[in-house]
Amino acid sequence: MTRTFLGMPATAPRGVGHLREGEPFPAAARRALGDPQLRRNLGHATTTIRAKSGRVIGELPDWQQLRDAGSALKADTMARLPELLEQLESAVTAAGGTVHWAADATEANRIVTGLVRATGEQRVTKVKSMATQEIGLNEALAAAGIEPVETDLAELIVQLGADRPSHILVPAIHRNRAEIREIFLRAMPGVDPALSDEPAALAGAARAYLRETFLRTKVAVSGANFAVAETGTLAVVESEGNGRMCLTLPETLITVMGIEKVVPSWRDLEVFLQLLPRASTGERMNPYTSMWTGVTPGDGPQQVHLVLLDNGRSAVLADEVGRQALHCIRCSACLNVCPVYERTGGHAYGSVYPGPIGAVLSPQLTGVADNASLPYASSLCGACFDACPVKIDIPSILVHLRGRAPHPRAEAAAMAAAAYVMDRPRLYAAAQRAARLGRLTGRRGRGLPPPLSGWAASRDVPEPPPATFREWWARR
Amino acid sequence: MRIALFATCLADTLFPRAAIATVRLLERLGHEVVFPAEQTCCGQMHVNTGYARDAVPLVRRHVRTFGPYDVVVTPSGSCAGSVRHQHADVAAAAGDDRLAARAAAVAGRTYELSELLVDVLGVEDVGAYYPHRVTYHPTCHSLRVLRVGDRPVRLLRQVRGLDLVPLPAAEQCCGFGGTFAVKNADVSTAMLADKMRHVLSTGADVCAAADASCLMHIGGGLTRLRAGVRTVHIAEILAATETGREAPA
Ligand code: SF4
Repeated sequence: MTRTFLGMPATAPRGVGHLREGEPFPAAARRALGDPQLRRNLGHATTTIRAKSGRVIGELPDWQQLRDAGSALKADTMARLPELLEQLESAVTAAGGTVHWAADATEANRIVTGLVRATGEQRVTKVKSMATQEIGLNEALAAAGIEPVETDLAELIVQLGADRPSHILVPAIHRNRAEIREIFLRAMPGVDPALSDEPAALAGAARAYLRETFLRTKVAVSGANFAVAETGTLAVVESEGNGRMCLTLPETLITVMGIEKVVPSWRDLEVFLQLLPRASTGERMNPYTSMWTGVTPGDGPQQVHLVLLDNGRSAVLADEVGRQALHCIRCSACLNVCPVYERTGGHAYGSVYPGPIGAVLSPQLTGVADNASLPYASSLCGACFDACPVKIDIPSILVHLRGRAPHPRAEAAAMAAAAYVMDRPRLYAAAQRAARLGRLTGRRGRGLPPPLSGWAASRDVPEPPPATFREWWARR
Repeated sequence: MRIALFATCLADTLFPRAAIATVRLLERLGHEVVFPAEQTCCGQMHVNTGYARDAVPLVRRHVRTFGPYDVVVTPSGSCAGSVRHQHADVAAAAGDDRLAARAAAVAGRTYELSELLVDVLGVEDVGAYYPHRVTYHPTCHSLRVLRVGDRPVRLLRQVRGLDLVPLPAAEQCCGFGGTFAVKNADVSTAMLADKMRHVLSTGADVCAAADASCLMHIGGGLTRLRAGVRTVHIAEILAATETGREAPA
């Protein structure tokens, strides 16, 4: 029940959850780039989803207006977040649910683990949720002797493979069907040893295993895509029906939700439920949209809990430029259009939030020093901004965060020197001449110091011209 | 019309042909071009690498240099983008609201070359002759920051002798991204590899763009591979005529 903040809002704590890079992005990316299977899978998947999404977005004449509406609703929500959260709390409580406030990952894990323990159960089914991955809930449950079972097919593949998700929506985007078959044969309880790698057979095996699990498990843990402050309604959107099973069959349902997921009114869902499926999976309508408001006596879970998670979000909210990152509805469109993500995949970003949104969200949740290479993991090409259904200006946030990231001393000195010279046209012209006449390097850039040597590894250094433009101009 | 040229530090230093071609082209169309010598760099590299404070004097210099002119042209989509979309913010963030206002005014009078030609001067056929098979890379900042749309392609379509072949996946970034190219050299190279593959698939002998920086990147890769495809700034193509020199030096 930690609700009082003293001073600056805290960032997400270290040592729990999955928000921090294990190594700098360039090093992790280098390894990923060397994996031809990964490159092929990602290239294929992102190209397909881009085309599909582009087609259905093209069908809506009012797509841009919808984006404006989504963006405005989110901005309004963030401007009065505390008030909306309290409204949500009252509405959920009035409907028979219980609301818990978690300042960070540690507290959220403790709350959820305690709630499951109180039921006496030793297994929970899980609906795919970014928030529970962010806080490392599965590890916390396992440490408490509780077995979490992921029920989204791709998430199950990741879990059985003792792997990490690499995409917000398609967590096993880096796996192909041969690899999936091997994982199932190795780790899925009761699997048929004659399992083939046909997609239908793989889905059949997962279905048989999950059905059994759904029917025997009395507690489920979910995230939430939206929470309506006005009514206390929580919403989960998914495509496989596994979510519907988790949300309706168990006796106890525990939902962990980032505080930014609240929307003011029921009516607002109209906008987001149009934006989300078209931007994310390229569907016109989301296949399974489940909504529940507290407890319905005699129908569905009779114990309903909502854990409201901060874990650095208040710190993000305090940043005028960066707070837009909280508008994200996790559609993953920005990943699918990102030329960097398409080549490196999600693991290179370290955090559970990969791609462009990860590059702006993770460093803010943890404090930029703990994810210092992520704001630079972008060529600032702007494709993410154009694709985002709620118009988050990701390139501007990246640049803003670069300004706050710790700078290497040599780089800072070089930048200051360059600015000094460029503010003095005479010095600048002299430097131009010196560079040309001195010719410090050949076309292959031999002798260039790092990081400039990185350029010459794959690209020739331009031949200096016989005269600079200003020399030509002065002579004409 | 009297037009002030912002050559950009990169074209001034390493790719003067782009700036020279811009001068020749505009003069041929009957306009007066001036080159205010106090200009240096727009400061984009500083801003985009996280050194906005170092860029403040460069913004001030740029505003002072170009403030007196009614129309400013630059042969670079990304430098035009920096002037139009960053300068005022950099000044405001540094607490200099007066500078921000003046920067916004200069921004409103600054055009990328294809915008100047099509929107301000109202010309699409500039009377150029360029007998080559050309593919055009639209560059991210021209496309998504300035939103120049198909203006460059409309200009190229009017060029006599030019065989314009569409570039597959044209809208994908070439991987330059300023200091991204050195900070994330491997990812940048992977992006470049795909861009070059698409360029080569067109069978073009020239890859054109409206930004010397992207051309330096793509060209640096193509020459390293001895790929036999040249990179040329769109200004050089538009400046070329049947009688004149094809490539101004
Ligand atoms: S930032 Fe925008 S595009 Fe990316 S996942 Fe979030 S809502 Fe989707």
